[in-house]
Amino acid sequence: MDPFQNFTGVVLPLDRANVDTDAIIPKQFLKSIKRSGFGPYLFDEWRYLDHGEPEMDCTARPRNPDFVLNDPRYAGAEVLLARENFGCGSSREHAPWALADFGIRVILAPSYADIFFHNCFKNGILPIVLDAATVARLFAHAGGGQALRIAVDLSGQTLDLAGETIAFSVDAFRKQCLLEGLDDIGLTLQHVDAIRAYEARRQVEAPWQF
Amino acid sequence: MGARTLYDKLWDDHLVRVDEDGTALLYIDRQLVHEVTSPQAFEGLRLAGRTPWRAAANLAVPDHNVPTANLAAGITDPVARLQVETLGANCRTFGITEFAMGDPRQGICHVIGPEQGFTLPGSTLVCGDSHTATHGAFGALAFGVGTSEVEHVLATQCLLQRKSKAMLISVEGAVGPGVTAKDIVLAIIGEIGTAGGTGFVVEFGGAAIRALSMEGRMTVCNMAIEAGARAGLVAVDEQTIGYLRGRHFAPKGDLFERAADHWRTMVSDPGAAFDQVVRLDAADIKPQVTWGTSPEMVLPVDGRVPDPALEPDPTKAAGMRRALAYMGLEAGTPITAIRPDKVFIGSCTNSRIEDLRAAAAVVDGRRVAPGIRLALVVPGSGPVKVQAEAEGLDRIFTAAGFEWREPGCSMCLAMNADRLEPQERCASTSNRNFEGRQGPGGRTHLVSPAMAAAAAVTGHFVDVRTL
Ligand code: SF4
Repeated sequence: MDPFQNFTGVVLPLDRANVDTDAIIPKQFLKSIKRSGFGPYLFDEWRYLDHGEPEMDCTARPRNPDFVLNDPRYAGAEVLLARENFGCGSSREHAPWALADFGIRVILAPSYADIFFHNCFKNGILPIVLDAATVARLFAHAGGGQALRIAVDLSGQTLDLAGETIAFSVDAFRKQCLLEGLDDIGLTLQHVDAIRAYEARRQVEAPWQF
Repeated sequence: MGARTLYDKLWDDHLVRVDEDGTALLYIDRQLVHEVTSPQAFEGLRLAGRTPWRAAANLAVPDHNVPTANLAAGITDPVARLQVETLGANCRTFGITEFAMGDPRQGICHVIGPEQGFTLPGSTLVCGDSHTATHGAFGALAFGVGTSEVEHVLATQCLLQRKSKAMLISVEGAVGPGVTAKDIVLAIIGEIGTAGGTGFVVEFGGAAIRALSMEGRMTVCNMAIEAGARAGLVAVDEQTIGYLRGRHFAPKGDLFERAADHWRTMVSDPGAAFDQVVRLDAADIKPQVTWGTSPEMVLPVDGRVPDPALEPDPTKAAGMRRALAYMGLEAGTPITAIRPDKVFIGSCTNSRIEDLRAAAAVVDGRRVAPGIRLALVVPGSGPVKVQAEAEGLDRIFTAAGFEWREPGCSMCLAMNADRLEPQERCASTSNRNFEGRQGPGGRTHLVSPAMAAAAAVTGHFVDVRTL
């Protein structure tokens, strides 16, 4: 994973509660053999007027003009603003894969489904929990004529929008992983010496395993 | 060190390190890889610029998607074909041994692991598949993992784990004739429920388990997961060691003898403490048939479909009503009055040579009943198929009107062309009777191979002991 860098990005307001993983990436895309390339199919059923299938070329597909993702104001959005219980449903990692592939780096919501929340960190996305009043206020801002831009500072644990600073909390261990770009594999590989030492010992004790 | 359970020994032997909070880095000796849960794991490796930690610790085989008929035509479903081809390409790129389609050793991953001696006692083994518990029959710690963890094992040969609790399920005494490993494990699940093993690694012990063949022990461990357990285990004995002698990946010569000495210690010490102990009397176990949509909804063949009105727990009663509606069954119906439309003998639970022999013994000299639309035998692997043909089992099946197929998962999960139509009823030797498991709307009754064969030749469920 790439280390998480501070950035300022456009906020995409997705004003629905209980957005489930099947809405984030519909189940026909699970047949895919890839973990990248899901970005064009993110929110497929809401985003396009036709039925999406894996490997489809999305550039020519009819878009739903009423869906926020197709609003030119939010082009290039890196922050997703969402309502409660975001990411509920199955444990599939395709949901964070699709969000990350689309370019989302931070999610702001009052609450998340547990597995999705953890899967985000594993895939380089920072999900931030904000109180409902703050989320409501951001929705009011973000829906204006001009897109809202937010500065995200993970090390300082603050969001900055037009001079206003909002503090957020994040698990210290997960924060460190994001900042250092460590995925679970990267973390385990910090113990390479321990693994090698174990293997050396086992090679003597149980050589038939090798 | 005090008296330890088999699980304690396996755990201790594989600890690389432990965090303050108890999270352990556990060394994984072996990984089985199949086409459905591996592509993103390989892609993750590639994206991160990593290579397998120890390619030789992995063995790959396509099984879920492979067709079981007309192999020459290849896979017609493009998505399935791409998954199978991708497995092959990834194995070539990363130097992993693969038993590809057409290889005589190809078969269901949980059948070929033991058959090739890839599964060894005292080892840890994982696969991106929940029925990895099967390999616990060899005194190995074996469990299913998700795609991220498949990648984690490929990249590091380790997994982050927390230790489970230990349960002993002791099946004491001896089963009567006609009662098999499948009946034992179904009876266990009926007794403790599908959540009974949650949070536990279950060791199966007792005289009735000791008396089982390795095939039978695999059947029991295979379904440990259906009781909610993380893994199933059976202690090593001379039968375990005898089974492995001479197998392809097993150690040879002196090294085998050294290994065998170590394997003999892979048993729970006398007096080792389990967090929970369940005892069953084998003599009470009759041939079992599931009637509902969960493996715990199971009855002896002489039972009657239960009545939700008599169930005091309203949530359970509602579940029973839903299951009866889905299964198209009335409360009070004798199990023996239920008539399947199809019969499936196969899956990683019951597709080994002993299973096929048991089914063939029932079928021999009889014919598939007129009401049965399709009776299918799908051997678990190429070597099982060859062995069965050498024994003439295929001719017994085909003479009776069964179809004799190529190895694969087949109608266990209906990812290939073998499936139930809506409302079709199946006597199946597989492990899951969930809604839609064998095809949308399909109705599954789990039974032993002998009981499936008996249903095929009579047209209804019947106590195989009375045939
Ligand atoms: S036979 Fe069935 S349960 Fe076994 S691995 Fe294949 S699909 Fe899974």
